[in-house]
Amino acid sequence: MILPALFFYLFAGVCVASAVMVIVSRNPVHSVLFLILAFVNASGLFILMGAEFLGMILIVVYVGAVAVLFLFVIMMLDVDFAQLREGFLEYLPFGLVIGAIFLAELLLVAGGWVINPDIAKSAISTIPANVSNTEALGLVLYTTYIHYFQIAGMVLLVAMIGAIVLTLRHKVSVKRQDINVQNARTPELAMSVRKVTSGQGLQDADAPEWVK
Amino acid sequence: MTIGLGHYLSVGAILFTLGILGIFLNRKNIIVILMSIELILLAVNINLVAFSTFLGDIVGQVFALLVLTVAAAEAAIGLAVLVVYFRNRGSIAVEDVNLMKG
Repeated sequence: MILPALFFYLFAGVCVASAVMVIVSRNPVHSVLFLILAFVNASGLFILMGAEFLGMILIVVYVGAVAVLFLFVIMMLDVDFAQLREGFLEYLPFGLVIGAIFLAELLLVAGGWVINPDIAKSAISTIPANVSNTEALGLVLYTTYIHYFQIAGMVLLVAMIGAIVLTLRHKVSVKRQDINVQNARTPELAMSVRKVTSGQGLQDADAPEWVK
Repeated sequence: MTIGLGHYLSVGAILFTLGILGIFLNRKNIIVILMSIELILLAVNINLVAFSTFLGDIVGQVFALLVLTVAAAEAAIGLAVLVVYFRNRGSIAVEDVNLMKG
């Protein structure tokens, strides 16, 4: 009984501590690394709760994709981050007051109620016994919630296309193949057969328009 | 010493507050603001999964999965907009974002 509690406090403590470091760290690269630590520990919390699939997805999606994306962008942009940090202390008291009020309200709400013992009867789809978490999730995700699943796929597709469209740029200096121009080319456009008189050479005035 | 629903909800509440605090503290650094939004969405996910497992209803985990999808899409689009903005202006200071002011 003591072991789950120990791991809960370990994961929760490291998660909260690294979340603090994310927002107060001077270097954004350190912020991203602490964000990764926070997500790894949150995934530990998920596994502790019994949602193994989501815990693993959290590591794959956040640590594997989102955090690396943040790192790439930070390293790609040449920004003076010390300048961006100005005003941190100026906003600190205001932010702390807002944060304290917010946390107090949330904890009052969380601590102020009890769960109706009959709530389990009104569950929309109960977690089936003797199947793994992944299987239980798949049993509803691919049947009852298939449309939501597909819409999530569409959201990701739109995000992917949007990110590519936003960041792709065509440089004028780079030669690219243009199939239409190639297909529109005819022998008349590309070459001219000329009769050269001996001893006189070719006169520039006789050249077709596209040569000049 | 049993770990119950309230413990997980408290962690979620603290993470949510830290996310909001991060937005207030780093008013000039939009990258850290985006990271704070990720923290807020993580707190929401912790809440959803906690309720889902403690009340025995799998739907909360399905919803957490959808929130995860939207969070990933939001990060990708947000960072793409940031890169385009930096390319055009040479700076990512939030205070300079007043082109639409007229």
